[in-house]
Amino acid sequence: MSDFWEGIQQAIWLLLTQDAHLMEITLRSLRVTLSALIISCLIALPLGAILAVRRFKYRRLIISTLNALMGLPPVVVGLIVYILLSRSGPFGVLGLLFTTHAMVIAQVIIITPLIASIAHNSLRELWSEYHDLLISMNTSKWQRVKTLLWDGRRALMTASLAGFGRAIGEVGAIMIVGGNIDHATRVLTTAISLETSKGDFALALALGFVLIALALAVNLTTHWLAQTEREGRW
Amino acid sequence: MIRFLLVLITFTFATQSNADMMRMAVTTSFNNSGLSEKLLPAIQSDLGLEVQLLIVGTGQAIRLAEAGDVDAILVHSRKAEEAFVAAGYGTHRREIMYNDFVIIGPADDPANIHGANSAAEALRAIAASQSLFVSRGDDSGTHKKELSLWSSAGIDSDDFGPWYRAVGAGMGASLNAAAGMETYILSDRASWLNFKNKTQLDIQFSGDPVLFNQYAYLPVNPQRHAHVKHDLAIKLETWLTSRRAAEIINSYTIDNQKLFTFNAK
Amino acid sequence: MFPMTASDLSIKICKKHIIGPINLTINEGGITVLMGPNGAGKTTLLKALHGIIRLATGQVIFETPATAAQKQQSFVFQSPIMLRRSSLENLAYPLIINGEDKQNAMNRARSWATKIGLSAHMERPAHFLSGGEKQKIALARALITSPQLLFLDEPTASLDGATTVEIEALLTEAQSTGTTIIMSTHNIGQARRIANSVIFMKDGQVDAHLTADAFFDKPPTEAAQKFIAGDIVL
Repeated sequence: MSDFWEGIQQAIWLLLTQDAHLMEITLRSLRVTLSALIISCLIALPLGAILAVRRFKYRRLIISTLNALMGLPPVVVGLIVYILLSRSGPFGVLGLLFTTHAMVIAQVIIITPLIASIAHNSLRELWSEYHDLLISMNTSKWQRVKTLLWDGRRALMTASLAGFGRAIGEVGAIMIVGGNIDHATRVLTTAISLETSKGDFALALALGFVLIALALAVNLTTHWLAQTEREGRW
Repeated sequence: MIRFLLVLITFTFATQSNADMMRMAVTTSFNNSGLSEKLLPAIQSDLGLEVQLLIVGTGQAIRLAEAGDVDAILVHSRKAEEAFVAAGYGTHRREIMYNDFVIIGPADDPANIHGANSAAEALRAIAASQSLFVSRGDDSGTHKKELSLWSSAGIDSDDFGPWYRAVGAGMGASLNAAAGMETYILSDRASWLNFKNKTQLDIQFSGDPVLFNQYAYLPVNPQRHAHVKHDLAIKLETWLTSRRAAEIINSYTIDNQKLFTFNAK
Repeated sequence: MFPMTASDLSIKICKKHIIGPINLTINEGGITVLMGPNGAGKTTLLKALHGIIRLATGQVIFETPATAAQKQQSFVFQSPIMLRRSSLENLAYPLIINGEDKQNAMNRARSWATKIGLSAHMERPAHFLSGGEKQKIALARALITSPQLLFLDEPTASLDGATTVEIEALLTEAQSTGTTIIMSTHNIGQARRIANSVIFMKDGQVDAHLTADAFFDKPPTEAAQKFIAGDIVL
């Protein structure tokens, strides 16, 4: 238990003194995760809407695959991306390995199926509600997608926050493709992993508390910006 | 909203500046010693060179070097290093410094290795008493050293029973496991001194010359991978074998104990 | 686009025969009321004529090409479908998807909102309105594009008297300004009030198709007689 209290104390101390190293790592965590989140949403949200609205031959197969991919172990994704980006691999010439770009790529692969799946599920419900009306109004397929994405934005925000949560706490993939290099690719989760392996549990816990606080802050800010709890709005 | 997104995107994709930079894979035991925190800033100020360290096990370090994903490696596993050079992946092998291995064990020393005359005798005692022993089990330099010591003591891996626990992890994680289960474990002195979760464990045996742990520097062969920063790797090698490096390495202590001895020629 | 002709039209759902074969011609003008016992297939026929349900056999033909005819029709569903937006945005939606300028669309929406007596609630999410208010919005939304043909599926089935009066008034006004109306109901009094012609359905077939006067004075079939008398038609 002493580690626990020491951890809390260290966390508070690090934050109060705005420890430079901690700030650097935290900012990098945010950068990597937010980049991955933005890219994933750009892919996953329209994908979820299209899957809800259009009927085409392989639709069920794609939906099942997406649901299955949600359970993909991040470490496996990391290994695959490493092999692809390694100098001995097909995309080695791009020199992306051991950079934050590689970490973003790995995280995009991990969270896109999750966001798409959640988005698709909620938009499908919305679509069954709107179906007759939108068809009656002769909307084009793209108009339907846009209407669903806009009217379903609260559920899409939930999907995005789920993706954010998954990414900010991820460690297996980004450890492999990022290399946990100090001042270059070290983020909160990989730093926690390192300190744990060094036996410095108090510091690891402290970093863990900072991570939790960060995730909380992002969630609260998002809900505040979206005015989710305002009266009279859903 | 769109503008906010654009600013966010530019912010996230901004790349860092490109001073001289090279990547080197080093072992977890080297990093745990804390010596890199003394060396890297000195290298940066003396050479204007940023060395990015990837902290992995010896096996993974060699794998990365074979793939050309790093420019050089600093490891401590002579056989693997010689094979590496022989196969043409590295240009050569340069010894830099050594530290020693120690056998850590529970405070009550159940196998009574404290008074042993050699490492081999200590290990035989552990096997005979079937005292719990944690092994790195991860193909690292430390792991290979441990296996060679068992073999010199005349003990075969077939003789390992349930008392032998291979965890497949780095030095810090393995020490955690040993602390948690109160076992014996082979560790490099530097990692042990820096380890923060010692609980009841302590050094039970040390000093036998076979516990010598030699670190060597190997640049990746540019003929195998044309893109590696070979000139920077050589620049670093020159620095690592200089008097300046010798001074930093020899004066590095934890709890007033010297950890490494510079022995580059 | 008139006359509208349904020839040999039938609908199956999961291999079960719902309505048809139906042959029907509807001319421009007036209010045609579609009546019949529950389960006769009124909703299905309306959706089939409007083209939002797949036909098993037959077709619906207009004087103008089908795509042009589609754009001139609107549908009011029995249970009003509100988009998750404000009432004003709901009203403006059909105009905006047809490419009208947003400002103009909103202005026209505002005048319609005032016309139906809901100008006080315009900015609130439509979801929070009462059933009657929603149905008025749905009707206004259907009329805002000045359709040539308007379908309504039992629009006042669950509404109170006051709202029913308002809606019937709006329908009469729309009809007088050139909208042909086809509306289902099982309220005989309502049919008597506003119908110009009557289509009577039984068991998925058209049992009778006459002017309203003729239908009510001399119901042509036994089923029609029983229905008008208020008996249960089996």
